[in-house]
Amino acid sequence: MLYGYGPSILEGAWLTISLALTAMALAIGLGLLGAAFRLSPVKWLALLGEGYTTLIRGIPDLVLILLIFYGGQDLVNRIAQLLGYTHYIDINPFIAGVCTMGFIFGAYLSETFRGAFMAVPKGQGEAGVAYGLSGAQVFWRILVPQMIRLAIPGFTNNWLVLTKSTALISVIGLQDMMFKAKNAADATHQPFTFFLAVGALYLVLTSVSLLALRFLEKHYSVGIKAAVL
Amino acid sequence: MLLDYHLIWENLPLYFNGALLTLKLLLLSLAFGLVLAVPLALLRVSRSPLLNFPAWLYTYVIRGTPMLVQLFLIYYGLAQFEAVRQSAFWPYLSSATFCACLAFAINTSAYSAELLAGSLKATSNGEIEAGRAMGMSRFTLYRRILLPSALRRVLPQYSNEVLMMLQTTSLASIVTLVDITGAARTVSSRFYMPFEAFITAGLIYLVLTFILVRLFKLAERHWLAYLAPRKH
Repeated sequence: MLYGYGPSILEGAWLTISLALTAMALAIGLGLLGAAFRLSPVKWLALLGEGYTTLIRGIPDLVLILLIFYGGQDLVNRIAQLLGYTHYIDINPFIAGVCTMGFIFGAYLSETFRGAFMAVPKGQGEAGVAYGLSGAQVFWRILVPQMIRLAIPGFTNNWLVLTKSTALISVIGLQDMMFKAKNAADATHQPFTFFLAVGALYLVLTSVSLLALRFLEKHYSVGIKAAVL
Repeated sequence: MLLDYHLIWENLPLYFNGALLTLKLLLLSLAFGLVLAVPLALLRVSRSPLLNFPAWLYTYVIRGTPMLVQLFLIYYGLAQFEAVRQSAFWPYLSSATFCACLAFAINTSAYSAELLAGSLKATSNGEIEAGRAMGMSRFTLYRRILLPSALRRVLPQYSNEVLMMLQTTSLASIVTLVDITGAARTVSSRFYMPFEAFITAGLIYLVLTFILVRLFKLAERHWLAYLAPRKH
């Protein structure tokens, strides 16, 4: 199938999935941190969180990817040279991709998480404190489990955008399914066939994600009665 | 010196021309996208599955696949077919600017159609009943009541879509066009100073974003004044 390029594209699909999952893990960490910053009573922390989200959301993903991959590599080498290190340092495209995607979607997720944390009734946290739980315990045992349900719709949206954005990492040479398809298209002169196949794979990926996250939302909404209009 | 801004200053005209191309791509794709989105949204709110399903499939497929794949399908993909290369459209379809505009317009039409359909569905029942009571036909109802009201109310969400489209136009640089990102890539590879080149591009996008946000605030003040909270 696909002139023998099928297995190679599936290999690329696996790389796409692992890139998206790793980047999402990083984004969740950064998003929680960003949300905590923005909700913090310390003024400069809140400003730092706001600056992070505004800056990232105003610059295209592609520019950030190129900036971090080429610019970051250049900067690292310039600093290394200043420090007297003479070898050229190469950044791996997978690591650059994970860092860039994680950094970008951390900003988007911090907005989602901030809204969700704010929607958990205040009394919940106060009740936890009244029971003698520590601050970290209140956060992990009371706020986070209730926040997840409220964050899932926004999270779903971000996950879908992230999955689709990973296609851009092929521009900096990561051999994901987009990169493999481009190679196959150049070799066989059948670009439509290969890009259509990759498009279908992305559609499967987004459809499966939608179903899985819908299931998760149901799971976290057990015990919540939806209003009937 | 860790950063070198002298060369950026010299290449500012390249960035300026890039910004013009970015704006041209943005405006053209938004205009054609919106023209496509209105009928699509009308199909999406239809109760007949025969009308609704094709529009749903269109928006689902477009929204479920990456923009880059859509762009490559149109720019590289269509050339695979002899019939396309022989057709009268080939002069257009072999131009990167046309293909980029087409791909962006198709993409934004799907997202805008969903936003507009949501806005149409949120129209308050009383307005529709009032229209019916006045004896309006279905067509008049859509033309005079539903569409003007839905197009106004969709403005805040549509402004998000426009900002996303501004960022999406950067993909034009992958198909050889010299927009803002393309200018940065040119400067980056010609003088080998990627850090300064892409920082400059990022700053220009930020400025454009702030201007667009401001413009939409003004537009909302004009067209959504009746929904603004009372000031006194």
